[in-house]
Amino acid sequence: MKIKLTSASYSVRSIKFSFCSNLLAKPRKPSLFLGRGIEIILFFSYFKDLVGREVTVELKNDLAIRGTLHSVDQYLNIKLENTRVVDQDKYPHMLSVRNCFIRGSVVRYVQLPPDGVDIELLHDATRREARGG
Amino acid sequence: MATGPGLESLVDQMISVITNDGRNIVGVLKGFDQATNIILDESHERVYSTKEGVQQLVLGLYIIRGDNISVVGELDEELDSALDLSNVRAHPLKPVIH
Repeated sequence: MKIKLTSASYSVRSIKFSFCSNLLAKPRKPSLFLGRGIEIILFFSYFKDLVGREVTVELKNDLAIRGTLHSVDQYLNIKLENTRVVDQDKYPHMLSVRNCFIRGSVVRYVQLPPDGVDIELLHDATRREARGG
Repeated sequence: MATGPGLESLVDQMISVITNDGRNIVGVLKGFDQATNIILDESHERVYSTKEGVQQLVLGLYIIRGDNISVVGELDEELDSALDLSNVRAHPLKPVIH
């Protein structure tokens, strides 16, 4: 299961949804301003729920890194632990790296475990977000 | 909410930076900021090629602009010293295409 992060996902202006329980428990967050006047919180919350799962991050330079999701931030920068590059013979550049920080701007795909995705929940949340914009 | 990248744990550690143009730079992380701009001390660039072993070019004290950074990896020094770089043959990394 791949979730592609393209500019198409960033087509909302405001967020009104009750997607994650952790979001309801906290006081309202200030807006996450990303320089284009768009608020994005849905995938940030989604990835926070996936912390501890094994994911494979494919980058825009075709490098693919597998590891345990350690943390994510508002820019969708990803920190992975226990990393290993998927095709180690082709990309020996990171042989001695075990933990890494991946800049959000450079991620093409985040490949998730199939049981890490509640499709219906995601579907509803994104549909609501697209409509609420 | 506006916390910078979680690079605090890597300060004063040996790190490997992969830049957007496909370069691999290794050095000691001295500082960073919200935009992931990085200060790297004792840095050297590792140039990979298919024809000869890895070349290491000494650079010294560097500031790398955050726009240009793809990956910041924590270098495990034991694993790194076990590597024989002169025997590694690989294509250089591809540049990032947005």
